[in-house]
Amino acid sequence: MRAMSCRCVAFAGCAQHGSAMPEPLRQFESHSAAFRAGFVAAWASVFSYVIFGTYVGIGALAYDFGFSLPWLMLSTLLVWAGPAQVILVSALGGGAALIEVAIAVGLSGVRLLPMVVALLPVLRSPQTRPRDLILPAHFTAVSMWVESMRLAPGLAPEWRVTFCNGLGTGLIVSASIAGVFGYYLAARLPLLMTAMLLFLTPISFLISVARNSRDLADKLALALGLIIGPALAYYNVGLDILWAGVGGGTLAYFGHRLRESLR
Amino acid sequence: MSALTVDLWPYMLLVLVGFLPNEIWRMLGFVAARGLDEDSEILVWVRAVATATLAAVIAKLTIFSPGALASIPLAVRLVAVVSGLAGYYVIRRSVFAGVIVGEFVLLVGAWLFAR
Repeated sequence: MRAMSCRCVAFAGCAQHGSAMPEPLRQFESHSAAFRAGFVAAWASVFSYVIFGTYVGIGALAYDFGFSLPWLMLSTLLVWAGPAQVILVSALGGGAALIEVAIAVGLSGVRLLPMVVALLPVLRSPQTRPRDLILPAHFTAVSMWVESMRLAPGLAPEWRVTFCNGLGTGLIVSASIAGVFGYYLAARLPLLMTAMLLFLTPISFLISVARNSRDLADKLALALGLIIGPALAYYNVGLDILWAGVGGGTLAYFGHRLRESLR
Repeated sequence: MSALTVDLWPYMLLVLVGFLPNEIWRMLGFVAARGLDEDSEILVWVRAVATATLAAVIAKLTIFSPGALASIPLAVRLVAVVSGLAGYYVIRRSVFAGVIVGEFVLLVGAWLFAR
């Protein structure tokens, strides 16, 4: 029942929907209760399974390239971004120049900047100290971002940071366990199985971003990014992801402004 | 190099070329988010940029696939992605159902069009 009402008030924090949905914001008895609820939400999320599958693949990759298990675990804790870890393991293990590896990882991480900027103001309450937001910023990855943007607006503001820390912790635990599995399974995974594990990332990202896109700006941004991104990559334009993001996002924003002014 | 440096070398690399180049974006976001209000207009733009960036990543992973996924024909990957999205809308807007449909179509397609 509680989960139901939670789903209904998602995005209630947004100005456009706030007045239309007067549902009460979810409260918690203590910070440990909020953290636990976030942890449980991680395991109720489709992402804990998607992440599990993805990190089985990353664990197998780390084994293939001769990295140790503690190294793999630490990379999940510190980097905590699937694409960056795939690049790090395969480029470092493949003997690429260190500066090349650093640049490739850095380019793959660009998406984290707008995600953090969009998320932190949603989590902040008047009592939040700046340093309380460092951990949620570190936990920000596509999975945690999508679920936090969906669930946090339905919670009373003072519990959002703790809840999202629980959510991030739950997802990282799932990834770490999966990494161990993949590391030991590596030699036995057939090619098709590995392909299906790698396919989890784009299919789950696409569906959950489509689910979270309620406003015209978000829907337009999704469509434009899907078209502009591969078009730039096809013509070998450097920094294709960055340009597709800024260009597609800005066009989508102007589309939204245009409709607002026509109202 | 001493034995200790040799043992620690992979971890130093992890921090230098893995953690730092990735984490810098989160910390820049942390700084940029200061003073921004939840309802401020600029956040509509920021969210659109984040969404478009993600969409570009999704499309690139599907079309220019890495590793084992590249062994599956492009047409199969595209049909699987579209089927997964359609599955989500048709089957009670369940993300889980959409992912299962997409994976199933990928499996069947890979089996039918094995190279």
